[in-house]
Amino acid sequence: MAKVLILFAHPALEKSRVHAAMVKAVKGLPGVTFHDLYERYPDFDIDVKKEQEILLAHGIIIWQHPFYWYSAPALVKQWMDLVLEHNWAYGSAGRALAGKKIFNAISCGGGREAYSPAGKNRFTIPQLLFPFDQTAFLCRMQYLPPFVVFGTHRLQAPEIEGHAARYRSLVQALAAGGLEGQDWQGVGLMNDLPILQEVKSYS
Amino acid sequence: MDQHSFLFQAMIYLAAAVVMVPLAKRLGLGSVLGYLLAGILIGPSVFRFIGEEGEDIMHFAEFGVVMMLFIIGLELEPSRLWNLRKSILGLGGLQVILTATIIFGVALALGLRWQEAFVLGMILSLSSTAIVLQYLNEKGMLKTYAGQSSFSVLLFQDIAVIPMLALFPLLSGTAESAADPGNMVSGLPAWMQAAVIFLAIIAIMLSGRFLIRPLFRVVARTRLRELFTATALLIVVAIAVLMTAVGLSAALGTFLAGVVLANSEYKHEMESDIEPFKGLLLGLFFITVGASIDFDLVMRQPETILLLVAGLMFLKTGVLFLLGRFFSLDKGQNLWFALGLSQMGEFAFVLFSFTAEQQILSPSLTDTMVAVVAISMALTPLILLLNERLVQPRLVRREADAAPGMPDIGEQHEVIVAGFGHFGNTTGRFLRAHRVGMTVLDNNADRVELLRRMGFKVYYGDASRLDLLQAAGAARAKLIIIALEPASKRLEMIETIKKHFPNLRMLVRAANRYDAYDLMNAGMLHVYRESLDTSLRMGVDVMRFLGYRAYTAQRAARTFLKIDEANLKKLASIKDREEYIISARENIEELERMLQADAEQFRGAVDRGWDEESLMADAHKMNPS
Repeated sequence: MAKVLILFAHPALEKSRVHAAMVKAVKGLPGVTFHDLYERYPDFDIDVKKEQEILLAHGIIIWQHPFYWYSAPALVKQWMDLVLEHNWAYGSAGRALAGKKIFNAISCGGGREAYSPAGKNRFTIPQLLFPFDQTAFLCRMQYLPPFVVFGTHRLQAPEIEGHAARYRSLVQALAAGGLEGQDWQGVGLMNDLPILQEVKSYS
Repeated sequence: MDQHSFLFQAMIYLAAAVVMVPLAKRLGLGSVLGYLLAGILIGPSVFRFIGEEGEDIMHFAEFGVVMMLFIIGLELEPSRLWNLRKSILGLGGLQVILTATIIFGVALALGLRWQEAFVLGMILSLSSTAIVLQYLNEKGMLKTYAGQSSFSVLLFQDIAVIPMLALFPLLSGTAESAADPGNMVSGLPAWMQAAVIFLAIIAIMLSGRFLIRPLFRVVARTRLRELFTATALLIVVAIAVLMTAVGLSAALGTFLAGVVLANSEYKHEMESDIEPFKGLLLGLFFITVGASIDFDLVMRQPETILLLVAGLMFLKTGVLFLLGRFFSLDKGQNLWFALGLSQMGEFAFVLFSFTAEQQILSPSLTDTMVAVVAISMALTPLILLLNERLVQPRLVRREADAAPGMPDIGEQHEVIVAGFGHFGNTTGRFLRAHRVGMTVLDNNADRVELLRRMGFKVYYGDASRLDLLQAAGAARAKLIIIALEPASKRLEMIETIKKHFPNLRMLVRAANRYDAYDLMNAGMLHVYRESLDTSLRMGVDVMRFLGYRAYTAQRAARTFLKIDEANLKKLASIKDREEYIISARENIEELERMLQADAEQFRGAVDRGWDEESLMADAHKMNPS
């Protein structure tokens, strides 16, 4: 059941460069379900039952989205509000998601140095992601470090390809169970994993 | 019974066609060969049902060629004709000049007088528009490289006939004696003739714009189908008369008229009206060609005739193939092109009788050549059949039809909207606001006129007809919006599309639930009930006036819509045809079933994520106060 579910949310994918490349890199990989939330629910009317079934069928979940206003696009919040039901995902009887792994794969305009106490965003990415972290915790899931593409506004095409390739390698490794024994303590971002350091491109 | 009575003759021709054409098609020979065989069978050589009068019938049947060129003109918008100019002038011009020159040289070498050689070269360089275009059309090859190149050459040849008719009298010793009686301008000086011809063409162009379109609008409003047909025929015949009167070929004149009317919203309607007449007349023409082959003559000098046929066809193929290579046609396409145009054409019959009158060619030479021409025409479908079955499969690469780079005949949109009434036009306006290109089919003359002024690509006609769909590009469109009325027409249209365009996605308007059942039973996946969303929007407003929060009301409506759609699918599948008489009582029963289903399904349809009941219960349980 180590299958990976990518919950992808982008309200205007046709205008995106980074996510378009990332989506292309992971769509169709074996053991990976790509679920495009804005494509499935353009009217925000989430099919709660269906979403819960999908969650149950996967062991690792990725929220992939741009980091709008230090959070996710609105549909991700709607999804959390409606799908993570009391006494299903959390609460005294809520055990449905217990033991699953979950993390964010995000893109942000600022550079890595901007997300530090000295930078203009003041907080680090993991700090800003605390609401997701805590949501996972309340649902008895293991929250993993995020995968982050920094400085998207200044990226050139080859750099974007590099990020997409590293994302692909990460998802492939997760789908193959390659990171089962990983000690996540001390890993700040997925980006810093040794297995991603050598990846430059794919084809 | 009088063998020569009109009805008896008609019966013979029709019977021959009805027997032979399906047989030929069944054997994979194509309709042209079928007609030719039918002609040979009923002609003087076999059953002798028709004799000399066949020639008169042939002249009459040549009008089929005129109609065909009119229809081809309709398909060719002026801008596209302009795009073809290089292949028309280059390919067509070189073909006529080269072929004529070589034949001229050979004929001189064989000891003919130079006048004879010149005339023969000119006449024999022409190919048969009727056979080639009919064949390519039947094979759906008109838009391929080979098809477009063939068309260009044939068009140039049709134009080239005009100077030939003007030149030949100068070659005869008898001076300009034989002026065509139907030609009013031949007595005038040359510059006057040119002016008259020019004026005639201008007249056709102007009337295409300012006379014919308003005329069609008036006729369309009468909603009498046969009047429309009569009008279309009248236009073609009138133009033919005008053109012959000023000394142009009727075919060329109607072709021009067709091009002028190509932008007209009535073009598909005209096409489908003329089409059956064209088909019948062309068939008749092929039959008369078959019947005109004088087998007695052939049997008297079989070697000569055979040698002439083979030699001429080989020569023409050679020239065409070289030109094809020069104009960078791919080998497979080039073979289609070169072999397709290898025969001599129907203009040869006209020109031979003309030159015989002018005493340029001797009667015996004329008879021999007429037989050669007819045989070469009869052989063409056979040669093309061999090419298709034996040669083409060996040429490895099968290139895509209508390859890029070649100007395409007919603009293509991904979306077709059938019916631009109050339903279709909302969808259409929405799409247009987002610059989605679409082809509109509508049968309201006033609306068509308006849309056209607004720059829509719109055609007048009954959208459920196969030919109109074909003309609108249904074979290459991505999807079609079926929004026309009444409901029965929509079902008719769906059947046509399922049969002929299985890959075209259909989005269908439904008047109500019952209409939707019909559509779903017809296999439709995308069905849109007219009043559903609107009634629900009204329901939402009612809830808001009663004090519900806007978002709650809206979500409730959307949930309702989804459940209702799901129920519709379920109910459509239980309903079968027999119990399908919708009485008032059944309507009520259906409503009851729906109301019950609503009551059951909505109990579970609250958004529990936004509901705090269970949370509060949990909190009390853990921390009872």
